[in-house]
Amino acid sequence: MTRLRSTLAAGAALILTTLTASAVFADTTLLNVSYDPTRELYKAVNEAFIKEWKAKTGETVAIEQSHGGSGKQARAVIDGLQADVVTLGLGGDIDVIVKAGKIKPDWQKRLANNSSPYTSTIVFLVRKGNPKGIKDWDDLVKKDVAVITPNPKTSGGARWNYLAAWAYADSKYGHSEDKDKEFIKDLYANVPVLDSGARGSTTTFAERGLGDVLIAWENEAFLAINELGADKFEIVVPSLSVKAEPPVAVVDEVVDSKGTRKVAEAYLNFLYTPEAQKIIAHNYYRPSDPKDADPKDLARFPDLKLVSIDDPLFGGWSKAQPKHFDDGGIFDQLYQPKSTN
Amino acid sequence: MTDAAIAPLLVTEQRGTTVTTEQWPVRILLIGVAVAFLVLFLFMPLAAVFVEAFRAGIGAYFAAITEPDALAAIRLTLLVAAIAVPANVVFGLAASWAIAKFEFTGKSVLNTLIDLPFSVSPVISGLIYVLLFGGQGYFGAFLHSENIQIIFALPGIVLATIFVTFPFVARELVPLMQEQGTQDEEAALSLGASGWKTFFKVTLPNIRWALLYGVVLCNARAMGEFGAVSVVSGHIRGKTNTMPLHVEILYNEYNFAAAFAVASLLALLALVTLVIKVALEWRYADQIAASRRH
Repeated sequence: MTRLRSTLAAGAALILTTLTASAVFADTTLLNVSYDPTRELYKAVNEAFIKEWKAKTGETVAIEQSHGGSGKQARAVIDGLQADVVTLGLGGDIDVIVKAGKIKPDWQKRLANNSSPYTSTIVFLVRKGNPKGIKDWDDLVKKDVAVITPNPKTSGGARWNYLAAWAYADSKYGHSEDKDKEFIKDLYANVPVLDSGARGSTTTFAERGLGDVLIAWENEAFLAINELGADKFEIVVPSLSVKAEPPVAVVDEVVDSKGTRKVAEAYLNFLYTPEAQKIIAHNYYRPSDPKDADPKDLARFPDLKLVSIDDPLFGGWSKAQPKHFDDGGIFDQLYQPKSTN
Repeated sequence: MTDAAIAPLLVTEQRGTTVTTEQWPVRILLIGVAVAFLVLFLFMPLAAVFVEAFRAGIGAYFAAITEPDALAAIRLTLLVAAIAVPANVVFGLAASWAIAKFEFTGKSVLNTLIDLPFSVSPVISGLIYVLLFGGQGYFGAFLHSENIQIIFALPGIVLATIFVTFPFVARELVPLMQEQGTQDEEAALSLGASGWKTFFKVTLPNIRWALLYGVVLCNARAMGEFGAVSVVSGHIRGKTNTMPLHVEILYNEYNFAAAFAVASLLALLALVTLVIKVALEWRYADQIAASRRH
């Protein structure tokens, strides 16, 4: 009788294990809500962090990922997506979550480099041989050039694209806001379609074959060449661009209610370690601390003049966001959707 | 069943005159247009999905659909359909029973409301649940204090799916039940059958083919829904991504072969339900004719 019972118990246990086999057994699960182009980066970072955390504490941590346009992801966190950490495309999107009361206002001071463990910049991706001879920003406003860039309303990368163009115009045409506006207007008149996220624009340019030039994150441009073939595209580095700082933050409300603050903070701190910085450089992001990165990876990053969001020209996201991108801002005044194409 | 007696007469009448008087070139043209249209817009895209899916080889195909995130997406999709379809069968039966067999005030309102999900864009269908249950929504504060997660979790995905697949079963049943009337049920009741017995022995056999058809459509849409689910999903890999969402993610990650592999599996799931329907129709053709349902 006991034997029968133990056999039954073993059978039940076996069935139970099979049913739940695929579920990840973890002491803690973190959700990292990130923007579009970081998929490959965090896949690699998470693997390394899970290993390190296990070695250090003996605990098994699982990290779930959600990716989308930066602005859209911030919206989802406000609407209740239980993100332990957000790793978004720009500080302005984290500020929106702060306004909803889920992150404390001092978030940007908590980690080094304005809470940006990596930076990037904006470059051009053109078709092989550069048939339109695109070299710098002023080539993008020429009549016969079609430009692909995402929608600054929903995409973080698109806002950096816009600001990079603005910074170029400002330095080239003598610091006159009217000239800057004119330049931006001419530029966006050449955009046949605004996708909602950076990855969508890359697909539009690379897969659907629309446009002559894609304004893209440097990492996104490298990745496109890597994934889709160096025989199809090439990167053009403009004379001037922006220093894009994609920041990271712990979502205070979520980690405090889930009790995951310790792991979440360790996860973000891990991004600054030599190991993670090396992964970051390898995934085409510019590491905040380059000394530990592989020199071969670093050699891929071209040297160019970079303007920061904190430059007086923009005055930080708290000024740039309402001035340029909020409803009725300069972008809304200048952009007229195209009816053709 | 008085109509049944008239039906054969109508058929003979039709047989007497030729309904189609068109010349053969016109016929060939019409048939050609229909076939060309189907091949161009239905068959070719579907075939392309399968061709692309197997482009990287059969090994890559199975690797793509057995990868943990893909398995999680498949499991979630089947689970959502397994909850949404029975829920809509119960609702559809109740609603069409009420509409077809009873007279009550507000009947036309109920009849119209059933169609609401058809006329509303799926994105709106998702957003209404964010407005209701989201962090800033009407019940957001309450759900948060009770630690209940609806949006960006399974309940939200199920709710959105039920909403968009609401009309399928009821829309199939209502016209049929209205046409059949209440005579059969009245006869059964007058012979002493109980309410449940009447339902299972009389009503259900009369409507089973329409019900099956409704279930097939409902299931196909439940598994394939993208818009509404995308809004409430939160896109957490391996957790809240259904198959259609997983296909989009793979595609955006330049993982084209895997994207089409999962897409082909999704198409296959829908095709299997269609094949089951056709097979059952063929097997029980006589009974279907008897219940006047194609």
